[in-house]
Amino acid sequence: MEVDSVFYTDHSGRVHNNPLLDQLPSYQSLLYRRKSSNSGTKRRSSSRGRSGSSGSGKWGVSTVSRREEKQKSQMVQRPIRELATTMAEKRIHVTQRLEEARELSSLRQLRQSTRRHLRRLRDDAQAWLSWLKLWRGDIRLIEGMFGTGILSYFSFLRFLVMLNLIIFVLMFSFIMLPLIIAPHASGNITYTQKVGSVCSEYSGTARRGLVNFHEHITDLLSGGGFLERTYLFYGYYKVDKIHFPKATYNLPLAYLLVTIAYLFLSLIWIVKRSATGFKRNLIQDEDRFQSFCNKIFAGWDFCITNENAVRLKRSSLLYELRTDLEEERIKQKIADRTRKERCRIYLIRLILNLFVIGVLAACFYSIYAATIFSQKVQMDNIKENFIVDLIYEYLPSIVITLANFVTPLLFSVIINYEDYSPAFEIRFTLMRCVFMRLTSIGVLLFSLWSQITKCDNGPCVCGYNNKLYSCWETRVGQEMYKLTIFDFIIIVAVTIFVEFPRKLIVNYCDCGLAKWWGQQEFAIPQNVLEIVYGQTICWIGTFYSPMLPAICTMKYFFIFYIKKVSLINNCRPATRPFRASSSNFFFLAVLLIGLALACVPVTFSMAQINSSHACGPFVNYNTSWEVLPTTVSKLPGGIQKLLLALSSEAFAVSFFVVTCLAMFYVIALAGAHKRVIDQLREQLAMEGRDKRFLIQKLCQAQRLSAIKSPVSKSQPCISSPSYHTSFSNNFNEAVFLAHSPPASSTHV
Amino acid sequence: MGTTASQLGKDLLSEYQELTFLTKQEILLAHKRFTELLTKDEKELQNTRVPTERILTLPELKSNPFRKRICHVFSTSEQKDGSLTFEDFLDLLSAFSDSATLEIKSHYAFRIFDFDDDGTLDRGDLEKLVNCLTGETDETRLTRDEMRQLIDNILEESDIDKDGTVNLSEFQHVISRSPDFVSSFKIVL
Repeated sequence: MEVDSVFYTDHSGRVHNNPLLDQLPSYQSLLYRRKSSNSGTKRRSSSRGRSGSSGSGKWGVSTVSRREEKQKSQMVQRPIRELATTMAEKRIHVTQRLEEARELSSLRQLRQSTRRHLRRLRDDAQAWLSWLKLWRGDIRLIEGMFGTGILSYFSFLRFLVMLNLIIFVLMFSFIMLPLIIAPHASGNITYTQKVGSVCSEYSGTARRGLVNFHEHITDLLSGGGFLERTYLFYGYYKVDKIHFPKATYNLPLAYLLVTIAYLFLSLIWIVKRSATGFKRNLIQDEDRFQSFCNKIFAGWDFCITNENAVRLKRSSLLYELRTDLEEERIKQKIADRTRKERCRIYLIRLILNLFVIGVLAACFYSIYAATIFSQKVQMDNIKENFIVDLIYEYLPSIVITLANFVTPLLFSVIINYEDYSPAFEIRFTLMRCVFMRLTSIGVLLFSLWSQITKCDNGPCVCGYNNKLYSCWETRVGQEMYKLTIFDFIIIVAVTIFVEFPRKLIVNYCDCGLAKWWGQQEFAIPQNVLEIVYGQTICWIGTFYSPMLPAICTMKYFFIFYIKKVSLINNCRPATRPFRASSSNFFFLAVLLIGLALACVPVTFSMAQINSSHACGPFVNYNTSWEVLPTTVSKLPGGIQKLLLALSSEAFAVSFFVVTCLAMFYVIALAGAHKRVIDQLREQLAMEGRDKRFLIQKLCQAQRLSAIKSPVSKSQPCISSPSYHTSFSNNFNEAVFLAHSPPASSTHV
Repeated sequence: MGTTASQLGKDLLSEYQELTFLTKQEILLAHKRFTELLTKDEKELQNTRVPTERILTLPELKSNPFRKRICHVFSTSEQKDGSLTFEDFLDLLSAFSDSATLEIKSHYAFRIFDFDDDGTLDRGDLEKLVNCLTGETDETRLTRDEMRQLIDNILEESDIDKDGTVNLSEFQHVISRSPDFVSSFKIVL
């Protein structure tokens, strides 16, 4: 035993702590009493008692009474259920409180009882509200079977359903509702149109004459034909103003404002949801030195009941621990790398990254080519047969889906050669996949626009190719509609035709190949990417196809059930699961990227590309954005000046400066906090050292005094083995020890 | 105590609501599940203790590696045999419920992890804890070196006063910064 240790061994060789440790305020926190030793006294010092100096006999009777007072006041503040005690003891607390309450004035009694009733009422209301929440039972079931990681995916899905529903309600009430009620409320709809212009000729794809049944199906899947001139698409809203008896409704303005509103609403909602996750992520990032504790102390998911999931959770925990331990070693190895090795690795990474870029470029080019080909075929109206036409229509979607299927596989192979740390490998592959998924939509839109704005001979008369795309917004809306439908079809098809047979094969076929293949993993990142992709399309498409949010709401609603069934029946949870906290943040971060990506084409098309003159609400304006300045110019002078001032450069610059100042202030504050935390941590460690030093001194003094006085010779060694479990067990000892040494040595 | 949930008295029910974090439905469900564990004779008696073995047949606990510890911690039995009365059972569910505070949860988690009941998590406790998490068989167990490295890391991270063990306040401090704890320390009936 080293000399400076606070422990000393008794005859049996067991290490015991000095009973004096019991009296240190910091150790009072440990004083929880087990059931075994609670006979007699009811004065249980629960965890909350640690703030006080409870349980210490050193300070004598006066402290005890003070402590009780303190406890009493604390008890009044806290609901009984927050005490970490058994039911019987909680009951005793209740009766105690009631007795105390009797001493109080009637007014306070009344206040307390009303407070209690209100709380009960609130609890009941909350219970009812949570009852109303969508899919409450389903989500609980999933949580119970597979734990919180997969739960977060499903609650994310629910969030998207709600978001889309709200966007749809917004679109419906401000754009469709006025149109629908106008005839009933004696409203007068004015359709203004530039007559005689080349640009205002609208040749839709509506079929005339006898229509075959399969053509109906094609229309339904492609959004053309009879669907083209319905509420579904932009082109139908060819209304300038609706004159109600008392007011005039400016539909173009409403259309523009609602578009801005839904983008902002989504942004705010996502940011609000991700704020908590982001904060946690920041904290986690900051003290990376807590990662092992998180895994050990909070590692087990107590919700899991599925035997299979338990085994998986265990193996994944083991895997995580091993990789983390290895990562530490790898870090060490990276630090020790020679220059030559480093050069070799950077070279490999460079080459592989170039390769990845090449693959991405190839994918993007094929999407571009497919889009242009598909557009051309549609424009030329080449009819072959039903299936081929449909394939032509869906060519861009098919290519995008294929690319998104192949590239992740490729990336996961490539990453093995790049020699990153295991955690970074996963993140990096994911980032590449996110990039691939979301940019492919961008490429599709880009190729569409390059078609729309390209005319055969020189610059276009109307600002867009009015011959082929007389109503280009509807065309874009149709593309988005097709992507949405195709995405849904693929998800359903994969579940039914790939995952289900795979499960059957794995279950009922004993050959080695099937065993090696194994059941489908429910990989959360891929699934999330899938729905974020759908949501991005929805955000882009809502401007061109106002009914798209409704379709997406239904789509996600069904996907929830499909995924649930597939998860329970077909899949097994991934071997490397996502932690709920990090995944929540990851989902919303990807969703935010999707939103940002959706904003770019929508704002660009509103502000830059000429709106079509043949259809839609913006017939009278060059671009959609022009509605706003026009409306502002009609406003009364004061408001007009105010709005102009708000949009002036002077205001923008000063606003920017103020924001910057606020940001700097926050950054400085954060830095200061960080330093304070570091100092406090240092101080804590220092105090720990001090404490050990003092106790060691105390021990020495005790031993000295024990030798001096033969009566107490053997006493220090019989310290109770359960030293901080119960205060009463070693109360006598503690008092004895506190008083036995000479006065000079105790009062340190 | 009666055989069906409806026989849980109204006063008792509201008292339980007051004393635990459970809602009315949850208490009734708990009562139903608990009475299912009782034998016919026991149903007649009040405050029957259900032995650990029968409690552990509940699917919610069956696959939990800490099931024995959980019973042990929440049991009020004099013999320390881990048997639970209905009220102990409610205490258990309350601590593991959605709305329980972090403090309650971390308090009980600490006691569950404190295998030798001595009030601190020392190296032995941590080793048992890790073995519980990863599984007891030889192939799932960490090697001696790995275990040593892991425990060193844990103590490095959590043992603020550097006394070689993790005490309750240190544990609660660590847990309060662990984002997953509240969501995962939960048992849903």
